[in-house]
Amino acid sequence: MLEINKSADQDHILIELIGEVDASNSVELDDAIKEALSVPTKKILVDGNALEYISSAGLGVFMSYLEDFQEKEVAFIIFGLNEKVMNVFHILGLDQLIEIKKNQNEAMKALYEA
Amino acid sequence: MKHELKLYCEKSSLSELRVFLSTILTKSGLSEIIQNQLILAVEEVCSNLIIHSHDCNPKSFILLAVNFTTNSVIFEITDSGKAFNIIEYKSPDINAVVKEKRKGGLGILLVRKIMDKIEFETDSTHNTCRLIKKIKSK
Repeated sequence: MLEINKSADQDHILIELIGEVDASNSVELDDAIKEALSVPTKKILVDGNALEYISSAGLGVFMSYLEDFQEKEVAFIIFGLNEKVMNVFHILGLDQLIEIKKNQNEAMKALYEA
Repeated sequence: MKHELKLYCEKSSLSELRVFLSTILTKSGLSEIIQNQLILAVEEVCSNLIIHSHDCNPKSFILLAVNFTTNSVIFEITDSGKAFNIIEYKSPDINAVVKEKRKGGLGILLVRKIMDKIEFETDSTHNTCRLIKKIKSK
């Protein structure tokens, strides 16, 4: 089960992921990021506090947008990942390719104080 | 002790697979991170089979057996679809995945990084993939 909440605040779009991302629902994550990229924002945040699980299908979605973020100069930050989920990013070294912050405060700092 | 699950080939079966594995692994004494890694690796192989070897046909199924030995846990995945030889499969380079904006291809790489040993056998009727993780004996 995956629930995705989207909101816009200040200058950024916040995507909150609740539950589990696998091959059955990664298309929903894909749609959420696609939608966030379709508006003229330069900052996208993903709240992973309630993300319990992610498989390669979900990781693949993030990876497939890295070029777009760069081309459109969009800052993309994931924050709040629990230890298990963070470990999965780490196994593939994706924590080196995607900006990941511990919590929302740190993510906001990186977005607005950089 | 051996545990078995019959998994029908639709993507919605994956959550059922996770519940099944989680119930078994909770009692294993392995850390939560390792438990999650093992669930992930088995799911990656199963979802590959469901999607690519069985085209998400809910009438076909795959069989999973989980077996603990004194120093390992063995996940044996059997199916009778198009054989997917996990050992010969070449995982893509991560940088290429990013450049080509690919959404797939990372699953088997995860399996290789997580498991200690991967075996694959096929005959005219069945394909068997065995994922082996060494664990410290108690």
